[in-house]
Amino acid sequence: MVVVVATIKSVSFYTQKDGQQLIYTPFREDTETVGQRALNSILNATIMISVIVVMTLVLVLLYKYRCYKVIHAWLFFSSLLLLFFFSFIYLGEVFKTYNVAMDYFTLAVIIWNFGVVGMICIHWKGPLRLQQAYLIMISALMALVFIKYLPEWTAWLILAVISVYDLLAVLCPKGPLRILVETAQERNEPMFPGLIYSSTMVWLVGMADNGETRNNSSSSSSSPPPQQESHGDFALEDDGGFTNEWVGQQEQRLGPIQSTDESRREIQQMASARPPPPDDDEERGVKLGLGDFIFYSMLVGKASATASGDWNTTLACFVAILIGLCLTLLLLAIFKKALPALPISITFGLVFYFATDNLVRPFMDQLANHQFYI
Amino acid sequence: MTAAVFFGCAFIAFGPAFSLFIFTIARDPLRVIILIAGAFFWLLSLLLSSLVWFIAMKASNAEDTKVQTGLLIFGVFFSVLLQEVFRFAYYRLLRKANEGLAAISDEETSPISVQQMAYVAGLGFGIISGAFSMINILSDTLGPGTVGIFGDSQYYFITSALMTLAITLLQIFWGVVFFDGCEKSRWWVIAVVVCLHLLVSGLSLLNPLYEGSLPPVYAITVLMAVWAFFASGGSLHNLSLLFTRKILFVLQLICFVKM
Repeated sequence: MVVVVATIKSVSFYTQKDGQQLIYTPFREDTETVGQRALNSILNATIMISVIVVMTLVLVLLYKYRCYKVIHAWLFFSSLLLLFFFSFIYLGEVFKTYNVAMDYFTLAVIIWNFGVVGMICIHWKGPLRLQQAYLIMISALMALVFIKYLPEWTAWLILAVISVYDLLAVLCPKGPLRILVETAQERNEPMFPGLIYSSTMVWLVGMADNGETRNNSSSSSSSPPPQQESHGDFALEDDGGFTNEWVGQQEQRLGPIQSTDESRREIQQMASARPPPPDDDEERGVKLGLGDFIFYSMLVGKASATASGDWNTTLACFVAILIGLCLTLLLLAIFKKALPALPISITFGLVFYFATDNLVRPFMDQLANHQFYI
Repeated sequence: MTAAVFFGCAFIAFGPAFSLFIFTIARDPLRVIILIAGAFFWLLSLLLSSLVWFIAMKASNAEDTKVQTGLLIFGVFFSVLLQEVFRFAYYRLLRKANEGLAAISDEETSPISVQQMAYVAGLGFGIISGAFSMINILSDTLGPGTVGIFGDSQYYFITSALMTLAITLLQIFWGVVFFDGCEKSRWWVIAVVVCLHLLVSGLSLLNPLYEGSLPPVYAITVLMAVWAFFASGGSLHNLSLLFTRKILFVLQLICFVKM
């Protein structure tokens, strides 16, 4: 979230509305009447959400019918696109903002190294911190793309609707994410790499017999499909790396707060009051879907981009999302099953965004004007 | 303004809070959570009080500056009262959580004591209140402009930073003393804390007469520091131990180096 806010504040590219919109949101928002704008944004949001739902169902079907190759290829290609193409654009814009002269050769070397190490870390083995860092970076890149290319009201509507969808998809018995989780649990398989962010060590126990080593770290659930929109990513629901060992572990350990993200929906958390033992090789800690990261970052990024209250609104949203995450983790500790990570945090974030922007900002401005302190 | 102003004010306002965070909070995830939750409670209180102020403002005449200023002052005091209410609510929540933590931990006791929670909660309140007061001003120091060009005081930034620092420290001390008072059921302590908070906010109403606001606020800060020190279990004996131990430690170092 910090990366997204820093970028939004400094690189103006991501806040310029140069009129382009993603193909998933064909309706424009610069209409004359409020009613028309509302209608357009609702239609946009509907299209986006249906794309996500469709992608989720496709993924679940692929998983159910064991078309692992397809899923892997999809994820691989998505993370490839993110790591190379999007970061190339990002670096280009950063250089433009700071007026740094850079030749293509150096840039090619930098991007190549960054991308290849990223692919290795995410899809194969790598140091945990590096893997987490990469997942955070690609989540931030995705969030930035969204902030740039989604019109105002559409973005807020999408955030709201996606939380509701998340809630339904994970908790309803027929929800696609729940099916995914349960299928993965039945088959006793680990989650896809690149879709989940995990806070703790790689689990190799039980994965070792698989040909592939999956890092518990999150998979870049946000890897977008070849187009700019990576809805598919969001649609990816990983069962969040539920493994039997993990489920069997009743111990609650409080991993670092940034535990993995599940492809957005599921959060498994093992929270405990003590840090995990150092010789623990098994998977512990929380797993959070990457899509969750993306939407959190998108909310905070939008708050910093569009709020007139500047930093206060951003700070408030930041705190709200963190508290929502804590509450979700608490619920996870209580219920011990897959939970949607989005609803509580996004609700708090949205409430705080609108409340801070409209109520707190004038108050604090007046106070600062007179230098009154509360 | 200049980078010097930015960095100077940033370090004045946030230096102590930031270093306290790094050295005492950052390593323990439980404390981080308590800190963020404290910030959240302060935000809630601010939200509610600005809602009340907003409604009052909209209901009144927007042109009349006297009424608006009066409403603002009312908003300030209402916000202070609400902050203390939420501090009490947070105390109740932390007590309940403490019991839960004690239940799930391996030893029979909770991994964190009430005094530590009081400190962390106070720091949470302090950091978020300082951030909300100061960050927008700090971001303005990076832009162009001349301070006080319309006749206002030239010392706006530095006094803001100093005031923010005082408020942050005061929130920490009030947190410690408040929780201690609640623990020991000394309600007069709570009343004194509330009154002092109102007094500090009232003194800030004297701005831009900075001689009237800053020195008294800092005097109150020092007094609160002493009170909080004694309330959290410190004593003159502890202090003397600290100094002798430090001196012993330094002497040992010197001997070691010489050998």
